[in-house]
Amino acid sequence: MQLRAENISRRYFRKHGEANFIEVVHPVSLTLESGKITVLNGKSGSGKTTLLNMLAGLLNPSEGEVYLNETNLYALEDKDLSRLRSEKIGVIPQGRSAVDTLSVYENILLPGILYGGIPRTEEAENWMDVFGISELRNAMPAELSGGELRRMAIARTLTAGPEVILADEPTGDLDSDNTAVVLTAFQQAAKAGKTVLVVSHETDAEAYADQIYHMNHGTIEQG
Amino acid sequence: MNHFSLMIRNLTRRPGRTISLILLTAFLAMSLFCGTIVVSSLRRGLASMENRLGADIIVVPAEAESKASMKNLLLQGTIGTFYMDASALEKVRETEGVEKASAQIFLSSMKADCCSVKVQIIGFDPENDFVVQPWIAESLNCPLGDMEVVVGSRVETDVGNNFRIYDRSCRVVAKLASTGTGLDTAVYCNMNTIHILLQAAEEKGIFHKIDSGNDSEVVSAIYVKVLSGTDPGLVNSRLNGHVRKATAIRTAGMMTEVSDSLSGVSRTIAVLIGAIWVLALIILFIVFSMMVNERRRELAVYRLLGMSRKMLSGMILKETALCSFTGALCGTVLGAILVFPFTTLIETSLKLPYLAPGAGTVALYACIAILVTAAVGCVSGFRTASRLSQVDPGTTLREGV
Repeated sequence: MQLRAENISRRYFRKHGEANFIEVVHPVSLTLESGKITVLNGKSGSGKTTLLNMLAGLLNPSEGEVYLNETNLYALEDKDLSRLRSEKIGVIPQGRSAVDTLSVYENILLPGILYGGIPRTEEAENWMDVFGISELRNAMPAELSGGELRRMAIARTLTAGPEVILADEPTGDLDSDNTAVVLTAFQQAAKAGKTVLVVSHETDAEAYADQIYHMNHGTIEQG
Repeated sequence: MNHFSLMIRNLTRRPGRTISLILLTAFLAMSLFCGTIVVSSLRRGLASMENRLGADIIVVPAEAESKASMKNLLLQGTIGTFYMDASALEKVRETEGVEKASAQIFLSSMKADCCSVKVQIIGFDPENDFVVQPWIAESLNCPLGDMEVVVGSRVETDVGNNFRIYDRSCRVVAKLASTGTGLDTAVYCNMNTIHILLQAAEEKGIFHKIDSGNDSEVVSAIYVKVLSGTDPGLVNSRLNGHVRKATAIRTAGMMTEVSDSLSGVSRTIAVLIGAIWVLALIILFIVFSMMVNERRRELAVYRLLGMSRKMLSGMILKETALCSFTGALCGTVLGAILVFPFTTLIETSLKLPYLAPGAGTVALYACIAILVTAAVGCVSGFRTASRLSQVDPGTTLREGV
């Protein structure tokens, strides 16, 4: 699947300062192709996460459009966009993203049951095994370290089997071994035809990338 | 795992939050249910008392406490043993404006073998009575014979039993329906029986003779019905002037006093319920506001994974509805456990006629209390659901809110 951004930008209002708004992302156009890993790097605060959220259908751009194949994401009603995201787009966000009242295993199965689907137990077992968290299946998120929570979030996204994977600093909490495991998993997903975007301020992911973008002060340039 | 099990997990794995919501709604439902039952029972008690009294005026001996004694006897079943010369009955009947007059004689038992406490024995004249007879006719379809008694609903004996009063055996031929008044603890008999019991009491040295006249010719109270179209107040004045050593009391005045007290108690209960609801709603609002912050991250995850705003609102509302309904159900059951076994205590404390509603009405009040409380819980949660469904997942998860 192709994910395409056409001149998307994002401004935030602010009460103080010389201007009454700040443009975090200047008009940006980029295309993420299926079967490829795209890496977006840049310093903290450069606008990478805002851009990823707009691409994921989570944050309305101030201007511009985002298309998944020919579907304009932000022209959809919330329920249609939510369903499309659930089925086609997997997001691995920064920070903790576990439902604290569910166990690790239940968290991983969660995306599959939101719209009444059958829990993807085989895939869940496989990815828990790949990321070395099988023994934590019954643990609650509060009992997990940052790295374990990160691997749980990645396993959850891959278990759902989306066409597009958008990962925000997926290796931030991981050691080098686990970083390699995660990036290899993304590479295999891309080889299987998935569209993968990895946002990172580290350079580890670049070795796995098919295309690289660099983001600086809200603008991007191809690396 | 499905949506329902997800909801149950959310509730059971946050026991503090869930129990707080259940307790609050239980408190609301309990106050509503108990308050409604108490006020309703008081109103039924008053209506029952009005129905049973059936007289416009009561003439009692002119002792200082007679009016209070009469009221206490009617309301609380306090023993009243006051007497006046039976000739007062003729004088009452002779008074202009009086349509009917019927006497009653009161006697307290020493300790009847039916009861752990003294009971009020009321002798009446079935031929002339218009107060007790219509009421007794509901439970007894033949004339009340000598040494036969009809007992109030709270006298602990059954029809067909015999029990002894002052060593005289009386047969219980009927048991009356509950009135919620002091009359529920009384025993009724005809004039022949009461004279036999008076004689027996005198032999035991219990019955105090009146100062003058024939000891056996006494009455305790005379119930008066005035002629239609006649002013009861005027007749009351005439009776007070015409009958010596007696006081005429208008029942309407007595009922007004009771009704005023009931209105006061009802108002107090309504204010209390109102205060409890305001307090509980404020706490409910605070709990829900806290929940907005506590659950922001969790719900951002659901949004991130593809839940629509509508689904998210629905999930929060369903959780709130389940908690509210459970709380309302528990509160109502707890209310019933608290209010029904203590009927006598409530009645004694309030000093007002108290007649609990029937099972159907109680079930209706319970349903209303449950539905109203659950609805209020859901409405309170609606604002929270609406706010939480607007959560921006990207920013929330990144900020670590």
